[in-house]
Amino acid sequence: MRHWIEKQRYIIDFTLSSLLRRKVKNVGLLALYTLIVFILASTMFFTYSIKKEASLILKDSPEIVVQKIVAGRHDLFPVDYINTIKKIRGVASVESRLWGYYYDGLVGANYTLLTPPRNGRFTDTGKSTAKTTVVDSESTDNSKPLFELNGAVLEPGTLIIGNGIARLRAIGTGDYMPFLAFDGNVLNFKIAGVLSSQSELVSSDLMLINEEDFRKLFGIDNSYVTDVTVAVNNPEEIAMVASKIKKRLPQARPIIRDEILRTYDSIFNWRGGMMIVIFSAAVLAFVIFAWDKASGLSAGERREIGILKAVGWETSDVIQMKFWEGAIISLTAFFTGVILAYIHVFFTGSIVFEPALKGWSSLYPNFKLTPFVNLEQLTTLFFLTVVPYTVATIVPIWRAATIDPDSAMRFTGE
Amino acid sequence: MIELVNVKKVFNAGNPSEFSALNSVNLLIEENQVTVLKGPSGSGKTTLLSIIGCMSRPSAGRVKLQGREITSLPERFLTDIRRKTFGFIFQQPNLIKGISVLDNVMLPAYPLGEKRVHLKNKAMKGLAALNIANKAASKVEWLSGGEAQRTSIVRALINDPYIIIADEPTAHLDTKLSYRFMEIIETFKAEGKTVIITSHDPLVYESSMVDRVVNLRDGQIEV
Repeated sequence: MRHWIEKQRYIIDFTLSSLLRRKVKNVGLLALYTLIVFILASTMFFTYSIKKEASLILKDSPEIVVQKIVAGRHDLFPVDYINTIKKIRGVASVESRLWGYYYDGLVGANYTLLTPPRNGRFTDTGKSTAKTTVVDSESTDNSKPLFELNGAVLEPGTLIIGNGIARLRAIGTGDYMPFLAFDGNVLNFKIAGVLSSQSELVSSDLMLINEEDFRKLFGIDNSYVTDVTVAVNNPEEIAMVASKIKKRLPQARPIIRDEILRTYDSIFNWRGGMMIVIFSAAVLAFVIFAWDKASGLSAGERREIGILKAVGWETSDVIQMKFWEGAIISLTAFFTGVILAYIHVFFTGSIVFEPALKGWSSLYPNFKLTPFVNLEQLTTLFFLTVVPYTVATIVPIWRAATIDPDSAMRFTGE
Repeated sequence: MIELVNVKKVFNAGNPSEFSALNSVNLLIEENQVTVLKGPSGSGKTTLLSIIGCMSRPSAGRVKLQGREITSLPERFLTDIRRKTFGFIFQQPNLIKGISVLDNVMLPAYPLGEKRVHLKNKAMKGLAALNIANKAASKVEWLSGGEAQRTSIVRALINDPYIIIADEPTAHLDTKLSYRFMEIIETFKAEGKTVIITSHDPLVYESSMVDRVVNLRDGQIEV
């Protein structure tokens, strides 16, 4: 065993000196390899963390959202329906919501306008009774707030806007923002505050607006709301309550929380998958490069292997040397790529692929992800990068190792 | 004792470019003797040497080392025999560039996993014996032709082989260095080693220390 360990040490020593002797070639390979790992790792870290982040936020979202559907189209929800829903056994509370999208032709962006929840820390009149935080209707104390207000007060004629909008329009607290109402009139709202950047994933394009102003802007009568949220006493009964709502109100469309989570999951899986498909071409190119590198041994390398075999190295010793060479390059590239990707995703906010992975309008959220990395991800990444490299180089290595030892005797030129 | 029985070596067998390098060679090489394989270029000297040194296999015939048939041994065993029995000195020093003289000398012993301190001592002793210990840390590309040749000789001796094989060792040396090389060969003989040299240099095959000269022509031994 001692001999075996000593032998491996000699071979590793020799391999390291071999790598250093061909600095340019190996540094080039290492840089390319690291780049591939970095791209794949960044995509995986980002997709996984954003899904995790979204699921943590949505964990406290309403158990059921009920909308009204007319001929397959989302329609305004009559306030009368609320009583029908309240009468269903198992329903704890029903809250109405007013929200809508507003297209800003000036910057080509869509905003989401929302009246703050009634049982949040805002009163019905929109006057804040609390300092900073608006939590979603069913949030518990220890949950992450949906958005944060930095102490702003929402009064009639004012708005609180998301960070993305503030950046895009280059406006802030105290500025005015004009809106074209449903009847063609222009409404001017004063910016009362900007939402905290902590929750930008969900609040980048968000605007909080007073209920009265909202109705004036969209022309919605007091007998209608956009939709309602339903809280259920027993979580096991959510699906049953949803089906009862559907039965009593055939025009209603109940959406349960799990469905929203599934949608988020598939959106980010799709985005991550798309990135990986694009970059798989890069991985393939790298595999071809690795094959070429390993099979296209230079005359110098062939001569060196010939000398080693002539002086008494076995084919297996040469393969071991090449194995260590591959392992040193692979592991260095793997760990460097993973560390760089970690810094890229969790410290620099994925500056490289931000536009491809986040958001879907011109309002890209700007937020820091909480690091979520697990062993499964690292293993997948290992199999996506190190294994293809090893497989691509194994045949050429074997071919190189079987060079005849007498080739050194035939070599006559220096 | 090395015995070759009816040894043939054919290159590119079955191809239009088929070439027979050795034809029915029968040879007996005695221990503790200096044997020179002499012949013009293309006579099969190097091919014969590589078969004797277990670097390649004959196409037909048998090779016996100390009475043991080695032709049919698997590569692993053949390598083991090559490593422990033979020390090779090539026409060119065939040193690996970019690493030191000491590392080059220790290279054949790496697969044996000998303790580093012992191996280093052995290598330094070998370098000192050939007056190049002061070059141990130098890179091989900085050596003169004579120093490179001596380094390759120390490398050939690192595993303490009892047969030294040298292929055209003086081909790239001037007269003075060639004489120096033959002096070193004399010390090997004095130590009881068997030496087999291929050469067409009169300075080698006419040397007084040579016990036997075998003439080769067109892949056959001339009687």
